Amino acid sequence: MMQTRGELPNWVDVGLIPLINLCVALIASGLVVLIIGENPFEAMWIMVQGSLGSLKGWGYMLYYATNFVFTGLAVAVAFHAGLFNIGGEGQAYMAGVGAATVGLGLDWLPWPILLPLAILASMAMGAFWAWIPGVLQAKRGSHIVITTIMFNFIAASLVGYIINYGFRPVGKMAVESREITGAYILSAREVAREYFGVKIASSPLNFSVFLALIAAWAVWYLLWRTKLGYEIRALGANPAAAVYAGIRADRIIIIAMTISGALAGLMAVNEILGVQHRLLLGYVGGAGFVGIAVALMGRSHPIGILLAAMLFGLLYQGGSELSFAKPEINRDMVVVIQGLVILFMGAFEYAFRPALSALFFPLGGEDNQ
Amino acid sequence: MNLYIELLASTIRMSVPLILACIAGLWSERSGIVDIGLEGKMLIAAFVAASASAVFGSAWIGLFCAVLASVAFALVHGYASINQRGNQVVSGVAINMLAAGLAVVLGNEWFKEGGRTPALPPEGRFLPFEFPMLYDIPVVGTFAKIFLTHSILAYFAFAIVPLSAWALARTRFGLRLRAVGENPQAVDTAGISVAALRYRAVIIAGVLCGVAGAFISTSLSSSFVRDMTAGSGFMALAALIFANWRAYPALGACLLFGFLQAIGNFAQGASVDGFQIPVQFINMLPYVLTVVLLAGFIGKSVPPRASGIPYVKDR
Repeated sequence: MMQTRGELPNWVDVGLIPLINLCVALIASGLVVLIIGENPFEAMWIMVQGSLGSLKGWGYMLYYATNFVFTGLAVAVAFHAGLFNIGGEGQAYMAGVGAATVGLGLDWLPWPILLPLAILASMAMGAFWAWIPGVLQAKRGSHIVITTIMFNFIAASLVGYIINYGFRPVGKMAVESREITGAYILSAREVAREYFGVKIASSPLNFSVFLALIAAWAVWYLLWRTKLGYEIRALGANPAAAVYAGIRADRIIIIAMTISGALAGLMAVNEILGVQHRLLLGYVGGAGFVGIAVALMGRSHPIGILLAAMLFGLLYQGGSELSFAKPEINRDMVVVIQGLVILFMGAFEYAFRPALSALFFPLGGEDNQ
Repeated sequence: MNLYIELLASTIRMSVPLILACIAGLWSERSGIVDIGLEGKMLIAAFVAASASAVFGSAWIGLFCAVLASVAFALVHGYASINQRGNQVVSGVAINMLAAGLAVVLGNEWFKEGGRTPALPPEGRFLPFEFPMLYDIPVVGTFAKIFLTHSILAYFAFAIVPLSAWALARTRFGLRLRAVGENPQAVDTAGISVAALRYRAVIIAGVLCGVAGAFISTSLSSSFVRDMTAGSGFMALAALIFANWRAYPALGACLLFGFLQAIGNFAQGASVDGFQIPVQFINMLPYVLTVVLLAGFIGKSVPPRASGIPYVKDR
């Protein structure tokens, strides 16, 4: 097929430009490491070694990636509707309350019934916490970025209160719930030991990783294979045209936010039901914000998000290894990298396009003789 | 009686960073640049002010460095929004995250206190002016205790409101700036550079956020702690929307938010009929009210028409 003048081939847009942007973001992060007075190449090597150098490292990397797939998909679904949901942090935190309420409150149920109920409760609470800003945006025009940020702060206080006064066993000092024993997701280690008789390195990796894959497939199917997904994408691409075509904007905004929140809520399944087995204070730990970087890097496509989530899983696992090896480099270095990735992959998305165009069409776009 | 005086004085103190950030947002958004990054600019400024003041032992050097850092972040946002025509909301979120990360990473490296900065001595802080001779006069004294117990940065914040209102409404620069936020094509056709005007607005926003950050870490408090801006940049944005992008109503909205924060500080440990109000609910109050205000009044406010839309010169 003939290309229009100066239009870059698809693989450049989807593959090369994001890769260049990522490299620039990593180089900028390296400069920060340099300013701190450490060797960026050594730091990078420690990070890669720490996450890919051992089975345990892989386990941790995939466990972090599982969280980021959920929060990344959450941001992506809202993005496709033209909404910027930066409330994944609060939505996932609220979802923990859902998981713990069902997991502890209905623990007389057999696990094949209890576990799906606990997963649904996580999704429902996450969805609820995104539904309110969605309704406020759709019906009252409240700026979704501001309301979702405010809901993060509100959730931080509210869940703290709920754990302290609702879940904390009497007389216990630590602000956390008692152990959830009924709704339980098997860890990779337990499966290897029980069913295969193999002893593998201890890591928090658990069966939720498959849930992440299913969620990624479901989001792809929803967005590109259903009428609702089409309406979501149409609204995001051109709101005026979508409304003209008979799509009800307020309805789609609310639905997209609810789905987004439910996806963020799935993070509670990995973290609470899969790893911690109790509801604890501040358990989300920034994963909601990583979702923004992951979604931008993955171009809001499930496959891109899976890859980006693994990269951030590597950065998180490598980052904690790095802060052991080099106490000078704080764990918050990952937040810096996150910020730079969002900056270069989001705001400076097309910074290198003119240069690439010049490279591909040195004669000013006369490729189609 | 004394409690009410304290509460009102505290309201004024707490509203200072909000006013500065809100007016910063006013300048930026009036020129057509949406600024979600007020929070990040304030945070990095708060960190730099506390660090520079701790190292050089002077609050003024701290303020100067804070303004430089904040303007540097503002220029990154400006470059992304004006030259690169990137998504301004995404750029703002990136600025916020970058500021939060850099402040802790650099603070940890420089002071080895886990991201905190050392406690500042009095000369490293902007301390309130005291007018003891006024406080004993019957009526004047009451007002003096409310209005004349603040640092110089607070008075700067209150002076910047009428100044901005006047500049935006009456000066050639202000009129052009507003025009660029409503109809950049028209300004461009008149032979005035859209980019230059917008850069100037972004820099003004950077300076004001810098002062706000310095106030937070060297006047309200005596050191930097992580995430110490705690959402005030977003509250300032909400106040700006609530005020319909006008300076004097913005002042009112910020005083309201400041009042809520002051009540929050006073209500810690307070009880109603023997029932102790949980601290979590008091902490939540300003955030809940921000949402309520946004939801309740937004219908009446209209943003500058070109805000958030990158300007592309017609060929």
